Amino acid sequence: MSAWQLLQVALRAIAVNKLRSALTMLGIVIGVAAVIVMIAVGAGAQARVDEQIRALGSNLLLVTPGAVTAGGVRMGFGSASTLSEDDVAAINREIPEALAAPALRGSAQIVWGNANWSTQILGVTPQYLDVRQWPLAAGRVFEPAELAGAAKVCLIGDTVARQLFGDADPLDQVIRIRRVPFVVVGVLESKGQSLMGSDQDDVVLMPISTARSRVLGSASAAKQRSVGTIWVKAADGVSTRALEEDVRSLLRQRHRLPPGADDDFSIRNLAEVMAVQEASNRALALLLAAVASVSLLVGGIGIMNIMLVSVTERTREIGLRMAVGARKRDILGQFLVEAVTLSLIGGLAGAAIGVTGAAVIASFAGWHVIVAPEAVVLAVAFAFAIGVFFGFYPARKAARLNPVEALRFE
Amino acid sequence: MLIRTRQLARRYRMGDAEVAALVGVTVDVAAGEFVAVTGPSGSGKSTFMNLIGCLDRPSAGEYLLEGRAVSAMSGDELAAVRNRHIGFVFQQFNLLARTSALENVELPLVYAGEPRRRRRERAMAMLERVGLGDRAHHHPSQLSGGQQQRVAIARALVTQPLLLLADEPTGALDSRTSLEIMALFQALNAQGITVILVTHEPEVATFARRVLRFRDGRLLAAGVGH
Repeated sequence: MSAWQLLQVALRAIAVNKLRSALTMLGIVIGVAAVIVMIAVGAGAQARVDEQIRALGSNLLLVTPGAVTAGGVRMGFGSASTLSEDDVAAINREIPEALAAPALRGSAQIVWGNANWSTQILGVTPQYLDVRQWPLAAGRVFEPAELAGAAKVCLIGDTVARQLFGDADPLDQVIRIRRVPFVVVGVLESKGQSLMGSDQDDVVLMPISTARSRVLGSASAAKQRSVGTIWVKAADGVSTRALEEDVRSLLRQRHRLPPGADDDFSIRNLAEVMAVQEASNRALALLLAAVASVSLLVGGIGIMNIMLVSVTERTREIGLRMAVGARKRDILGQFLVEAVTLSLIGGLAGAAIGVTGAAVIASFAGWHVIVAPEAVVLAVAFAFAIGVFFGFYPARKAARLNPVEALRFE
Repeated sequence: MLIRTRQLARRYRMGDAEVAALVGVTVDVAAGEFVAVTGPSGSGKSTFMNLIGCLDRPSAGEYLLEGRAVSAMSGDELAAVRNRHIGFVFQQFNLLARTSALENVELPLVYAGEPRRRRRERAMAMLERVGLGDRAHHHPSQLSGGQQQRVAIARALVTQPLLLLADEPTGALDSRTSLEIMALFQALNAQGITVILVTHEPEVATFARRVLRFRDGRLLAAGVGH
């Protein structure tokens, strides 16, 4: 019997028991659809992490001050003001493969005309934009002279520009930050959400000197040159891990920490943080796909079950086919093709539902979802393989029937 | 000689016991004969037919079909012999349900690898020969018992076999239809087709020209019919 004839016989047998065939396929349909959706959601999450890594820059170290211990009470990282602009300068001077930029963080209410907005204030140096790889959408960066002179100029993030100015052009406008007038000299390009989900564009950048003296002003003179965080960017081709050690030993030396003493600062290697997140994302996607595959497997068992029932029901037909000249391999082929046709139809239907389902999830849940054609092909191929695997035993059982007994079967 | 058996025997294992279904049957059937095989149930006549029809292999003895030793054949060779040289007619017709008469008749040609067009032509010609040319596209459920048996006969003859084997072909039919079917067998035999008919009804056996009587797995006598 030719493949085409086997297919026709299979389709006819499937059509005879429409409801039963449909229910049998359902397991495969659900399995394939689930695999496709899970892979799509996983790939979407993966792509989002990749995007964030690109946005943040994967070659960054984040240095934050250490903890203060006051009367036995340890205050946690950032409570001490152990980092200063001198540390930043030292890193830039002593470690040629690093570019360091300080940042002083605070928040303030900002006003333009009758609009106002509460946002994050970052006091930075012009290098900050290089380190963060953050280009300008319009305007200019503040100049060294403005940094030195604590000039009242600022750059605003995309979110601030939209909230405060709407459609108006923010350049050269004067905004008030804690009642201090600032000239907007530049607008930053949108950077999107951070890894933690906060809006990175909801920010105003100003010279760190201005931030310290006029906006985030602190009474303590000792903190005059302290900074909140230091961002360190590794030059291309330099390992962040090696750089981390260089920065650590330099800062320990500068802070005169004896060997064995704890660091009075902490260094976070963002590349590693993200690598961990990426790995856990990948593991989760793999786990979900594995769970979905289990339902495919259960669907395969359903097919085997129904094929065994079908072989028993059609024992006389098998006997007759043998009597009129069907060889073992004709019978084997007939039932194998029937099982594979069931699983393949189920697989194709599942693929259609999976692709649609992924699109529905993307639009309703607002998740980032990527349907890879390879994943669809793989899922359908897997359904095909399930059909072959679970169809083989019933088909072999049919082919091994004794024609005399099969013809006599009631 | 079309069929030649020598000390043909078939034994089955039933648990620990061995049952001799057929013992030492030696018989010849020439081409063109019309033979009835009779005997009470359990006499071995069905076992004999299964062996003659190449559905089963003998435990001992020899069976030559047109001079070829069947006991030495592989499963695929037996299938090919059944396909080309033997046509079967069963008591329960054994037509495929939800399949037209024409497609039922085509079935042996499908396994013979005949191309679709020739299959159609030959099956149609054979349906016309059994008087069912106008019922070709009816399903078995739309046909009477006698018509279904005619379709089965057309299916048995469509590959132009050497031998037509009928196992109680009138067992599920009323007496009037039985007569029609038997008349059809006689007509086919008159056209030169060898017919071997298994039956336990003496009146059916009278249509044959020769009767083989079985009892307890042995061939009793090779009588001559009417």
